[in-house]
Amino acid sequence: MQTFSHILKHYYESDPDRVCLYILQTNQPDVPFTYRELIQGAAGYAKTFEQEGILPGEVVILILQHGIDLVFAYFGAILHGSIPSIMPFLTEKLLPERYRADLASLISITRPAGIITYEDFEDVVNSALLPQDSVRKVMLSGEIDPPCDPDFETLLGMKRDPADIVLLQHSSGTTGLQKGVALSHQAVLNQLESYRAKLGLIEEKDVIVSWLPLYHDMGLIACFILPILQKIPLVLLSPFDWVRAPYRLLQAVSAYKGTLSWLPNFAYNFCALKIRERNLTDVDLSSWRAVINCSEPMYIDSHLSFFERFKGYGLKYDALATCYAMAENVFAVTQGGVDEPVMIDEIDRESMQLEKIARKPLVGKPSVKLMSAGKPLAGVKVKIVDSDGVAISDRTIGEIALKSNCMLTGYYNRPDATQKAFLDGWYLTGDYGYSFQDQIFVTGRKKDLIIVGGKNVYPQDIEQLAMEVAGVHPGRVVVFGVINEGLGTEDVVLIAEVHTDDAEEREQISEQIRQTVATGSAITLRQVVLVGKKWLIKTSSGKIARLANRKKFLDEFGINN
Amino acid sequence: MKSDINNKLAIYISTEILKQPNRTIDPQAALISSGLVDSFSLIDLALYVEDEFGVHIDDSELNASTFDSIDQLSDFIQTRS
Repeated sequence: MQTFSHILKHYYESDPDRVCLYILQTNQPDVPFTYRELIQGAAGYAKTFEQEGILPGEVVILILQHGIDLVFAYFGAILHGSIPSIMPFLTEKLLPERYRADLASLISITRPAGIITYEDFEDVVNSALLPQDSVRKVMLSGEIDPPCDPDFETLLGMKRDPADIVLLQHSSGTTGLQKGVALSHQAVLNQLESYRAKLGLIEEKDVIVSWLPLYHDMGLIACFILPILQKIPLVLLSPFDWVRAPYRLLQAVSAYKGTLSWLPNFAYNFCALKIRERNLTDVDLSSWRAVINCSEPMYIDSHLSFFERFKGYGLKYDALATCYAMAENVFAVTQGGVDEPVMIDEIDRESMQLEKIARKPLVGKPSVKLMSAGKPLAGVKVKIVDSDGVAISDRTIGEIALKSNCMLTGYYNRPDATQKAFLDGWYLTGDYGYSFQDQIFVTGRKKDLIIVGGKNVYPQDIEQLAMEVAGVHPGRVVVFGVINEGLGTEDVVLIAEVHTDDAEEREQISEQIRQTVATGSAITLRQVVLVGKKWLIKTSSGKIARLANRKKFLDEFGINN
Repeated sequence: MKSDINNKLAIYISTEILKQPNRTIDPQAALISSGLVDSFSLIDLALYVEDEFGVHIDDSELNASTFDSIDQLSDFIQTRS
């Protein structure tokens, strides 16, 4: 079993009637799918891709809502040997012209041969295309071949090599869409094997329940590819349903005796605060053996509030687990809290912030409690390095670097970005942390990235949008993240220099910025601060210094972080 | 009656959701489709409406086609109560 298609063939032949997926949608009955149904649905798509002249090794972009069409299209691309990449669907608040610009930018770098979408979305897609584009065919979901028996003798996916790229993963936003993480069959399968062992997955017992979007690595790998290729039943809710009714996750865990779920940190707070008693009648969470916190900074308080809220419904404290993951390593780098309790390290706050040392608490001084992200998976090596890339000792904070048997092949069509990401064969993550007894603690971020609710936000995308607003000094905008403890995630703060001192005019500019950013990026700004000329700190090369301005903001506006 | 509901909704949205207590919101301004109230806050709005006005909004109704402005939400509350 060397490629995805070989594994699917094996299940199709050896266990076709096994249910691999349940799709749950609001106001609709739950729909189960067996491996036979999944693979037949995918075979219909594979046939269409072939008829439309898509070649193996070429990229196909999927622009479909969360549901069975997306699942069939994804595996259809794989059975055909082409490379699927999911583009998030247009949300109601995002301006279509912004969406088109993002799509055009994705196309220009990824150079897909085909796009698949809905009939009523065809116009938006077509309007993003240029005559010289790589896209030869826009396929519509209503015109796909019906499910059919796959002929594994002729399916081109069976002829792929384990070293070939199987899929691309993108972060959202203009910047994220320009950096597609390309992963090979071998890399993904290595990750699944190590992760399966670490999690102790058992086909007969485990059930994964997820509401996560499939265009995000946690949703795509841990809660889609892993269960389907490892024969763990998957119960899949839509992220749009979950955000309006978070209790559906708990009801699904209860109904399907779910054993594992992955959640970004904010979801612990969100569930703890926003679920009413009446939605928990008869809910039993005792089957949940791992609720894994991943993809944004983890806070012990979030775990505690989640536990307090749901312990009366059978939730076990030991089930709360942690993970450090990134798309460049397929997914998990470390995993904590599954075979041993999550290690909690209480350290002196000042030493951490100023000296970059994780020192035991000092009497009378403030301390912080950090949760370990666990130990590295088999096949993954982690080291902490200083600014010269030299490994440093335990309890010293530096950049997390890694080397593994599941690394990305490269950023797709971006040799420049790929080369920049590595130093002597080690991938530099851009995250800060320290190690202690082989446990990895993540303490911060070197890169400017902001993570809101598990979603990556690139500040430069937001700054660019704000600079378009009349009255804002071009080049004089800065965006950064500030932790919001109540929400368990980061708030996005924007500071802009403006010419006017007039309160009413400032109010209008501020409103215009919020509006432009919301409809241009689907990101909601929590704070917009307008300042006078020369407030913002610049670097010696004349660029706006994000970290320095963040510090100035926290100092000046009295918020101590 | 309606202006009373409108006022309460406007205060709740500006204070609790937008965290801009001084802000005035046009009762006809789009809240959801404009991105002013983001998807994570929709549930807060639903919980508030339930506690304050005793009107239950089903999660499948939490979208711009059921209500998008304070005026529309206010009408929705009056029809249901």
